[in-house]
Amino acid sequence: MSLNIIFREKDIPNIREFDVYSKNGGYEALKKALSQTRKQVIDEVKASNLRGRGGAGFPTGVKWSFIPQDNPINYVVVNADESETGTFKDRQIMENNPHQMIEGALICAYAIKAAAVYIYLRGEFWDVAHALDAEIARARKAGLFGPNGKLKDADGNPFKVDIFTHLGAGAYICGEETALLNSIEGKLGQPRVRPPFPANKGGGLYNEPTVVNNVETLANVPWIINNGAEEYKKIGVGSSSGTKIFCLSGHVKNPGNYELPFGVTFRQLLYDYGGGPLNGGEFKAILPSGGSGPILRVTDEVLDTPLTYDDLRKFNSILGSASVIVMDDTVDIVWVASKVTKFFKHESCGKCTPCREGTYWLDKVLDRILAGGGKESDVDLIMSVAKNMQPTTLCAFGEFAANPTIWTINVFPEEFKAWVDGSKKPAEEKAVARPARERVAAAAAPAGD
Amino acid sequence: MNTLQEKYADRIETTLAKYPDKRSAVMALLYIAQEEYGWVSPEGIQDVAEVCDMDPTQVKSIAGFYTMYSERPKGRFWLQVCTDLPCALKGAEKFHHDLKEYLGVDEGGTSEDGMFTVEHVMCLAACDKAPLLQCNFHNYEHLDMEKMKVLLDQWRAEVNAQVNKS
Repeated sequence: MSLNIIFREKDIPNIREFDVYSKNGGYEALKKALSQTRKQVIDEVKASNLRGRGGAGFPTGVKWSFIPQDNPINYVVVNADESETGTFKDRQIMENNPHQMIEGALICAYAIKAAAVYIYLRGEFWDVAHALDAEIARARKAGLFGPNGKLKDADGNPFKVDIFTHLGAGAYICGEETALLNSIEGKLGQPRVRPPFPANKGGGLYNEPTVVNNVETLANVPWIINNGAEEYKKIGVGSSSGTKIFCLSGHVKNPGNYELPFGVTFRQLLYDYGGGPLNGGEFKAILPSGGSGPILRVTDEVLDTPLTYDDLRKFNSILGSASVIVMDDTVDIVWVASKVTKFFKHESCGKCTPCREGTYWLDKVLDRILAGGGKESDVDLIMSVAKNMQPTTLCAFGEFAANPTIWTINVFPEEFKAWVDGSKKPAEEKAVARPARERVAAAAAPAGD
Repeated sequence: MNTLQEKYADRIETTLAKYPDKRSAVMALLYIAQEEYGWVSPEGIQDVAEVCDMDPTQVKSIAGFYTMYSERPKGRFWLQVCTDLPCALKGAEKFHHDLKEYLGVDEGGTSEDGMFTVEHVMCLAACDKAPLLQCNFHNYEHLDMEKMKVLLDQWRAEVNAQVNKS
């Protein structure tokens, strides 16, 4: 079952180093792509069914084909902001096989005729970014790209695209592509009104047409160019081609990243790879796509579901970025809803009122319930606030932020009922450990700074 | 020439060269200002605004938007503990609580010796290595209080060695 398209460090130690990557077929895909026309490269990626691995699953080749080739300046932006709760795959790719992502980004840059590539890393990837800068410098020095690039494309033009990293500074919303573009431009990292879309003139980086792709997505591209779309489609199931990196965390014995073909089941992932429940408990719930995707109750039917973009829809859930957070039977689902809602409350950028205010209200009501002061009407109140957030925000954050409450109530109604009818009460310690200390700290900060 | 331009000329130049627009350098420059002043102080904001051709108010709004710029002085070691769901499932909330208690600080507070500031932070993208924290932007993983006490002693000793040298 093991096929390492991306985690090649498992087969080739130290492939993170430029020399080792080069000796093992590195940058051959870039040279092959440069010998083809741009259209051929885009068609190959389209034919492979490669879909965006950041969560949306949009067909990558189609995205590339939206870029107007006659525009003088286009950009490629690599989304390495990886901030969804439970997601830690892009970190491993950049730490252990960074050149494959760089090569994928360069192939994209050629295909869409880009002037430059920017890799946007979340600020917490401070060490990753500095190591990446060093590897980019090695490849640049070897003449693969940049001002002294020696390669030529099919028309004999020199390939001089350059790559730069840009470090964020701690804001989940910058993983949203238009917020990310604003952040690179030195503006507040808040989403833009669309249209125009990033691929359109006026909608991308510095107003120029831009492709924004996730790290994992681009790391697949060299393999596709080397081996062809037909070979790639043999891996996976149906319209979910290739492998996916599953980030497994929570109550499993062996948490970690697992690169597996689409179509593997939860049962295989949780037991064969994850080693089963930690502490010998029973699995109770799964968040298949980090904090933002609808929660699942663990049943045999769920465990035997193939993990593809399509199959999780029958449970009203999504595969998203495949950040699988597993919880055993010791977990209180209302606490889970509260925990994830606090994340979104903290990370809401504040631009759209329903999201900015809605996350506060949801958090307040959940806190009240968990403090033992919940009323039966609180469940309807939460639903009403959450559903009013979903269709009313500029970006998908509003929908994500409402999912934890809506779907925990839909899937585990009995857990909310137990809290609001008084049959469940807070533990003594928890009730006192919840004051809003953030506010106290803020009030104590020196004035006028 | 302001302080940042004098002391960090090379780094500023390399940063500006990445972008077609000076304003794009603001985030990298804020990190440099924080390194120089220990936090994004009013002088730091002013310096950055001059380099990036921005209004200081605009720079200040950028600094306030992100969690990795500190808008007030912090301890030498800025300990940011992830307490999000995957970490919390592995005991991170208790670890965070015990750490604050051990150092005698409230959330966001700094220990009396000015050494450690403790606060919770959102997901650090290393959920398989919980509990973990970020100290001055480097991750320390698979933690418990025993390991933490060793680290705290080690960091204290490093600072004391530096003080004794100078």
